[in-house]
Amino acid sequence: MSILGTRVVRTEDPRLLTVGGTYVDDLRLPELADAARITFVRSPMAHARITGMDTDAARQAPGVLAVLTIRDMDDLTPPPPPEPGSVAGGGQVDEGAPLPIGGLWSEPLLAIDRVRYVGEPVAMVITSDSYQGEDAAELVSIDYEPLPAVIGVGGALGTPTLLFDGTDSNVPVDSGEAADDAIFEGCDAVVERTIVNQRLAPMPLEGRAAAARFDDGKLTYWVSTQNAQISRFILAGALGMDPGSIRVITPDVGGGFGAKVGIDRDAILVAWAARKTGRALRWVETRSENLVGMTHGRAQEQTIKIGGTSDGRVLAYRLDVVQDTGAYPRMSGFLPFLTKLMAVGPYDIANVQTKSRVVVTNTTPVSAYRGAGRPEATAAIERAMDLFAAEIGMDPAEVRRKNLIPPDKFPYSTPTGATYDTGDYVTALDKVLAAAGYAGLRAEQARRREHGDVLQLGIGVASYVEITAADAAAGETARLAVHGDGTATVYTGSSAHGQGHHTAWAMLVESELGIPMADVTVIHGDTDLIPEGVGTYASRSLQLGGVAVHKAALEVKEQARRVAADMLEAAEADLELDTGRGAWQVRGDPGTGRSWADVATHAGADGLTAYVQFTGGGATFPFGTHVAVVEVDTETGKVRLIRHVTADDAGTVVNPVLAEGQRHGGIAQGVAQALLEEMLYDADGNPLTGTLADYAAITATELPSFELVNSETPTDINPLGVKGIGEAGTIGATPATQNAVIDAVSHLGIRHIDMPTTPSRVWAAISGATPGGQGGQMKGVSR
Amino acid sequence: MKVTITVNGNQVAADVADRTLLVHFLRDVASLTATNVGCDSTSCGACTVLMKGAGEVGGGKSVKSCTVLAAQADGGEVTTVEGLAMKGAGEAGGTGEMHPVQAAFHAEHGLQCGFCTPGMVMAAVSLLAENPSPTEDEVRTALEGNLCRCTGYHNIVRAVLAAAPAVSERRVG
Repeated sequence: MSILGTRVVRTEDPRLLTVGGTYVDDLRLPELADAARITFVRSPMAHARITGMDTDAARQAPGVLAVLTIRDMDDLTPPPPPEPGSVAGGGQVDEGAPLPIGGLWSEPLLAIDRVRYVGEPVAMVITSDSYQGEDAAELVSIDYEPLPAVIGVGGALGTPTLLFDGTDSNVPVDSGEAADDAIFEGCDAVVERTIVNQRLAPMPLEGRAAAARFDDGKLTYWVSTQNAQISRFILAGALGMDPGSIRVITPDVGGGFGAKVGIDRDAILVAWAARKTGRALRWVETRSENLVGMTHGRAQEQTIKIGGTSDGRVLAYRLDVVQDTGAYPRMSGFLPFLTKLMAVGPYDIANVQTKSRVVVTNTTPVSAYRGAGRPEATAAIERAMDLFAAEIGMDPAEVRRKNLIPPDKFPYSTPTGATYDTGDYVTALDKVLAAAGYAGLRAEQARRREHGDVLQLGIGVASYVEITAADAAAGETARLAVHGDGTATVYTGSSAHGQGHHTAWAMLVESELGIPMADVTVIHGDTDLIPEGVGTYASRSLQLGGVAVHKAALEVKEQARRVAADMLEAAEADLELDTGRGAWQVRGDPGTGRSWADVATHAGADGLTAYVQFTGGGATFPFGTHVAVVEVDTETGKVRLIRHVTADDAGTVVNPVLAEGQRHGGIAQGVAQALLEEMLYDADGNPLTGTLADYAAITATELPSFELVNSETPTDINPLGVKGIGEAGTIGATPATQNAVIDAVSHLGIRHIDMPTTPSRVWAAISGATPGGQGGQMKGVSR
Repeated sequence: MKVTITVNGNQVAADVADRTLLVHFLRDVASLTATNVGCDSTSCGACTVLMKGAGEVGGGKSVKSCTVLAAQADGGEVTTVEGLAMKGAGEAGGTGEMHPVQAAFHAEHGLQCGFCTPGMVMAAVSLLAENPSPTEDEVRTALEGNLCRCTGYHNIVRAVLAAAPAVSERRVG
C-alpha cells in the first residue's frame, strides 16, 4: 500500500521541538561571527519632504561603525526611464504583472527627498550590537517638512495632493471598464452596496530578517524568504551583479503568508550595505518595525451589485474594486486582477461585470497576504449572495444551492475568463450542512429569537472556489539522486516555511521508489545547490514542486530498471520494483532482489540522478463550503465563534495531517479578519495598530476547535491529482464568519456590518436597529 | 554587571550590560537560540521559558524572557526548550526521549514553521505543572499569551490535552 494519503507526522519536528529552528537570527556561522547589526531609521511621518539630514551625533555614538543614507548610494545605477505612455510613464492601462510599476511610481531603496509612509527606511545605523543600534538610531536627525497625508481610498480619489511628481492622479492603474446596468434588466430583486475588505498585517511570527557577507566579489546572503531564487534575481538586478556571484540561502523561515515572497527594499539594503561597508551584516526587524515595514494585505473597497429572480436564481453580478496599494505599487496591478478573475465564485451566473482601480496612499505598501486577491473576491460574492437572499427572503444555503455550478458543467469557463478544472460544489455544500446540523441550528436560532435571548445565534455559510498555482507556467524544479548507500537526496526549487515540504517530498519518493522516508534527505533554499527554482506562494508547492519530485522519481526508476536489468541479466520488461522492501527483482522472484544500494552502486557516480523542470501543470481550482456558528451578545456586541465546519476540496490528499494543518491555520486567519484584525491609521497617517499590544492578532481563546469534513475530487491537470490547500481556509472562513455575525442580528433588520465585526461595531448596529429595519446609521454598518 | 544563571542545569556566568534582557542572555551568552523573540510588547510569548528565582522552590514558572532582565534571574535557574528533553541516549540515565509535551506536539502536528514552538511548549509545560488535567477551555485560556500564526491553535490544544496524562505519569514515576 502506498504511503500517499496516509497520516504521516512530520520529519521536520524533532529538531524544531528540541533544539529549535535555525532562523536568520540564530545563525552562528563562522562567516557571520563578526557580523554587525543594522538598525533602520524609519520615517515617523506619513508624507513629508526631507529638508535635512544630520548623522554626526549618531556616528559618534558608542559602537557605531557606519551610518548610511541616500547620499552614500553612489554605487548603484539608476533604473532606465520609463516608456512614454506606459503605466510606469504615467499612462494608464488595464491590469499588470505582479511586479512593481516603477517609473514615475517607483520606490527608492532609501528615501531620497520625500517620505510616503510611516516606517519608510531613511537611514541605516550599523553597530556592533543591536542595543547600541537602537540608541544610535535615535541620534540620527532628519528634518521633515510635512505634506498633507493621503489616507484611504476616499482620500486618494478626493484630494488634490499627489504622491508622485509627474503624475496627474493617485491612480496608477484603472482597468477602465464601464458599468452597464442593462445586465440587471429582468431581475426581480437587485441589491447594491459598498463594503470594505480591511487592511491586515500578515504578521508571521518571525519578522523580516537578512544577513549578508561580501567577499572577493561574491555575495552570500541569508534571508527569511519564500523564494531563494527569486530573491537572487531581485538582488542581482538591484545591485547590478551577476546572479552567479550571489548565493542566497534560506535557513528556517518562521512563516511567510505571502509577505515574504521575494525580498523587499529593506532586505536589499542589507546586501547593499554589506558590499558598501565590506562588513558582514545582520538585520532582524522588531515587531513594531514589522507591523509598519512589512507589506500589508487586503485593503480593498468593493462595490457589489447583484440581481436575480424572486425564486432565487442570480442573473447578474457586478464587482467594482478599488485597491489601496499603500505608498508604492508593488503587486498592485495583480491583486485586483485575481479578485476580478475569481469574482463570480462557484456560481453559474450569466452576466458578470468587473472593474478595478488601484490607488496610492500614505500607508505601508500592500502586497500578497494568504489568498492575495482571492479572499477579497470570495468575501464580495459571499456578502452579495447573503444580501440577495435577504432581499428575496430565502435561506442563504438554499440560494447557494440554486446557483452553484453543477458537477456536469466541468470544465467550466467563467464570464471573467477562468476555466475551473473539476468540482462538485453542491456535494461539498450538502456535506457541510449535514455535518453542521444546519436545520437544527436554524431551529435553535428561531428559538432564541422567539425567547429574546441575550445571546443570539448566527449561522454563516460561504461557498468558494479559488485559483491555485495561477502562475503554473513558471513551473518548479526537482533534482533527485539515489546514492550508493541506498539513500536519496531531493533538491527542490520549492521553499518550505512550515508547510511540511520535507515530509511530503520524502513521502513522494518512498511511494514511487520504496526508499524509506528516513533515508530521503530534502534540501531547499540554497541557490548554489539549486540555481533554478521558483519557491512557494499561491498554493503552488505540491502541484508543481511535488509533481516535479514525483516525475524525477519516475525518471530515476527507469534509470534503475536499466541498471538492474544489466545486473540481473534480464529483460527490462521482466523486472519489477517491490516498493514494500525497496528491491528490484525479476518479476515474481523475490530471491533475485537487488537493493537500491546495490543498483546505485552498480550505476556508479551520478548514475541514478534526474533533474526535472516541471512546467506541464495549469492552474487548479480548489473549492468548498464553510459554515460558521457564532453567538452574539446583543447587550455588548461581543461575538464568539462557537463552531466552524468546513469541506475544503483540494483534489487528492497526499498527507491528511499536513492538509488539515493548512486548513486549520487558514481558518484562523480568516476568522481573524472577520472578527478582530485591522491595521488602522489616523487622518495624519499615523499607524494606530503598530504594535502587537494594539493589533488584535487572534489567540487561542477566540477560536474553537474546527470541524473538518473530507472531500477529494482529483484534478486531471497533474499526475498526482492535487490542487493547493494553503489558502482555502482563509478564503472560506472570512465570509462564513462575517455572514454568521450579520445573520445573528439580521432579525433586527441589519443587513451588513463591515469587518472586523468588533463589539463596538456590532453593538452600534444593534443599538441603531429595530425590527423592520428602522434606526440610526454608523460607518460600516447598514441595513 | 556579573550575572550567574543556571540554564538547563549548567551554570552560565558573564559580565553583561545592566539592561541585558534574559532572552538575549540565553541567546547570546548561553548560545541557546531556540528561545525566539517575536515581538517587543510582551504579547507573543515566543520567548517563554521557565524561571526559578534564587531561593524559590519547585520547578519554576513560565516567564516571557523578553520582559525579564538577566539581572533579575541572577542566582536563579532557567529552563528552555533545549533543556526539556530527557537526557540523551548517551548520558547517564538518559533515554533520548522527548518530553511528553514535545512528543505530543510532534504526534498531533502542533507546529508548522516552528518559531512560536519553543515558547508554546514551555507555556504548555507550565500549565500542566499547575493543572495536570485541564479542559480544552483551560488550555486555550492558559495559552492566550502565546501567539501562533500557522496552526490556528487547533492542534496545539490537542497536543496539550494529549500530553496531560503522560506528564502526570512522568511526575508520579
